Amino acid sequence: MRHVISLLIENESGALSRVSGLFSARGYNIESLTVAPTEDASMSRMTIVTTGSDDIIEQITKQLNKLVEVVKVVDISEAAHIERELMLTKVRATGKDREEMKRMADIFRARIIDVTDTSYVIELTGNQAKLDAFISAIDPALVLETVRSGVCGVGRGDRILKV
Amino acid sequence: MVLSGAEIVIRCLQEEKVDYVFGYPGGAVLYIYDALFNQDKVRHVLVRHEQAAVHAADGYARSTENVGVALVTSGPGATNAVTGIATAYCDSIPMVIISGQVPTAAIGQDAFQEVDTVGITRPCVKHNFLVKDVRDIATTIKKAFYLAKTGRPGPVLVDIPKDVSMHKCEFEYPKEVSMRSYNPVVKGHQGQIRKAVQLLLEAKRPMIYTGGGVILANAAEQLTKLTRMLGFPITNTLMGLGGYPASDRQYLGMPGMHGTYEANMAMHYSDVLLAVGARFDDRVIGNPDHFAEEPRKIIHVDIDPSSISKRVRVDVPIVGDLKEVLEEMIRQLEANAARPNPDTLGSWWKQVDEWRSRECMKYKNSDEIIKPQFVIQKLWEVTGGDAIVTSDVGQHQMWASQYYRFDKPRRWLNSGGLGTMGVGLPYAMGAQLANPGAQVACVTGEASIQMNIQELSTCKQFRLPIKICNLNNRYLGMVRQWQQLFHGERYSESYMDSLPDFAKLAEAYGHVGLKIERPSDVEGALREAFARKNDLVFLDFQIDQTENVYPMVQGGKGLTEMILSAEDL
Ligand SMILES: Cc1cc2nc3c(=O)[nH]c(=O)nc-3n(C[C@H](O)[C@H](O)[C@H](O)COP(=O)(O)OP(=O)(O)OC[C@H]3O[C@@H](n4cnc5c(N)ncnc54)[C@H](O)[C@@H]3O)c2cc1C
Ligand SMILES: Cc1ncc(C[n+]2csc(CCOP(=O)(O)OP(=O)(O)O)c2C)c(N)n1
Ligand SMILES: [Mg+2]
Repeated sequence: MRHVISLLIENESGALSRVSGLFSARGYNIESLTVAPTEDASMSRMTIVTTGSDDIIEQITKQLNKLVEVVKVVDISEAAHIERELMLTKVRATGKDREEMKRMADIFRARIIDVTDTSYVIELTGNQAKLDAFISAIDPALVLETVRSGVCGVGRGDRILKV
Repeated sequence: MVLSGAEIVIRCLQEEKVDYVFGYPGGAVLYIYDALFNQDKVRHVLVRHEQAAVHAADGYARSTENVGVALVTSGPGATNAVTGIATAYCDSIPMVIISGQVPTAAIGQDAFQEVDTVGITRPCVKHNFLVKDVRDIATTIKKAFYLAKTGRPGPVLVDIPKDVSMHKCEFEYPKEVSMRSYNPVVKGHQGQIRKAVQLLLEAKRPMIYTGGGVILANAAEQLTKLTRMLGFPITNTLMGLGGYPASDRQYLGMPGMHGTYEANMAMHYSDVLLAVGARFDDRVIGNPDHFAEEPRKIIHVDIDPSSISKRVRVDVPIVGDLKEVLEEMIRQLEANAARPNPDTLGSWWKQVDEWRSRECMKYKNSDEIIKPQFVIQKLWEVTGGDAIVTSDVGQHQMWASQYYRFDKPRRWLNSGGLGTMGVGLPYAMGAQLANPGAQVACVTGEASIQMNIQELSTCKQFRLPIKICNLNNRYLGMVRQWQQLFHGERYSESYMDSLPDFAKLAEAYGHVGLKIERPSDVEGALREAFARKNDLVFLDFQIDQTENVYPMVQGGKGLTEMILSAEDL
């Protein structure tokens, strides 16, 4: 099963490698991992997308909690939550493809944020499925490069991760 | 008061009441050694290899309730320390390791004797720190000791660049630490404990299974009291030996791969299993699927939530310090008139005693050739069962654990989790320094002892009257045993050729050496050795080369599928 784990961690050098080292040492999957400081600069928030059986997910959260610098861990996918990912796609945009690409961007409510004679950079946010859908909707031959941020997530309503 | 970083390090150790530091100097720690030189509260033990420094500090910690401290230089000093750190980590031993690092400006420049010590040790420490500012030394060391000994204990490393140890600042030792990210649970959940007590009272085939956690929590007294109140059978893992007196009737011996028949059968067929500070290791429960076949309710008390429901499903998890939890269980039992039904318990004991009557620890003694089991039995007799016994890793380790009956905690020091050959002598050094009057025996093999034999020199310098019992079978015995049983008797590289004359070697280091070849000389030699109160004596017992450790649960097999003796093969 796919899980989205959010955690708060002290913003110390090496904290990221403690988390990634834990995953590789114990053979857990990481589908994506994002990290950045929070409104409190002494703390970072990390979102990890992983897969595993219930037993493995239980061990993952316990092992994460055990890391001395980890302040709090929640599996936000246990209940209603929102996931978003940002994707920047550079595509070839010449001739009739130019119009078609613009149309696709509009359909997906993406924005074109860089324009040259031959290319666009398209910015798209959404959940993973939406990003995947966009990529499969456009002609792969036109894709010059894509970069995805990995998932960040937050619980709905009263579910708040804060110290 | 304004002090240099190095002086602050030493002052912190004084504040933590550290009496011994085990270490080895080098460029990056020269300022720290200088600060050591100028005081006499913290004594330094100069080992002959950094691995032994960490093991000795580890042995010191295992034999006391204190944190062990080691000090090493950057680069090779730190890498030599890694085996010692990992060994302590695997058995949850509280330690602080201070390592020197190249100056901050040189970090990342591939400087002389630079390694990423924090990176290398990250997977085998509870936590580690790189101190980049002299003003952080005191709080960091305070945190290191706090982390090492609270919660699930473990080694903590503090890496200090040379310039940081040279810089100066105002020194004040923090009175306390608080870390928002680290708050181990101490008190167990009342409701869970009540549930557990209820289950125990209703059990038909109860069993208590305890481990290293009891030793680490200093809770042998509470465990003994609770076990006697309940009247249940009990087993202690290799790490938990001495947690409950081995000479007591309720004690069934060790469980697991080389545990007793009765302990394994009772573990397997119990209907309520109380697990206390033990982590269902693969060497203990054998094949987890086989173990799960028999339905039973499991109560698991551990301070580390990640130990619970890791390898087996648990019905009543209790997270907390087990001393507190055991005390609460005792309180609840005292407040409750109910007791386990004596008839039900009686018939369970009848079954257990039937298993016990198989006498699985019996072995064939000999008049001609020294049997290792016999040496350990004699060692137990000669020391009145009251020695601190350290061991290395191999067959001798198992024989020591099986035939020396430990009645008290912190008397049995060995590497269970990592299984590190070479720990025996340094453990004995740490234990002897921590317990100056105690009888300290190091049970070892001719292969293991050679992994840190250079420490005979340290023993001479610090006058440590350790008694080394070398069960010399001229084989990597444990390897040979597996090759005999599981690899078609192809003894690939398990024979030790060109062994030194250990008695002479000991003499060359300035100690007493004895070579013992006949069973009739075993007891006399041991008595002579322990009578020499001020000498290290190296007893080189020439034992039966082909003796195997039994009983045995083969890897992958279930607990009830034991090989009891060579006849079972
Ligand atoms: C050659 C060889 C053969 C072996 N054969 C056997 C064998 O036959 N039988 C056997 O038993 N072992 C054997 N071992 C050892 C085995 O590998 C494990 O090291 C051992 O079984 C683990 O012991 P434990 O379960 O007591 O856990 P430990 O490693 O001692 O762990 C202690 C547990 O207690 C918890 N704890 C610590 N402090 C507290 C506290 N204050 N409060 C609550 N909980 C706490 C910890 O979180 C941890 O979960 C063998 C090892 C070797 C090298
Ligand atoms: C550092 C290290 N290397 C290898 C091993 C694997 N190993 C386990 S027991 C053993 C043989 C030990 O021989 P010895 O010390 O003579 O003890 P014996 O089994 O003969 O009693 C070996 C090589 C280990 N545990 N530790
Ligand atoms: Mg041997």
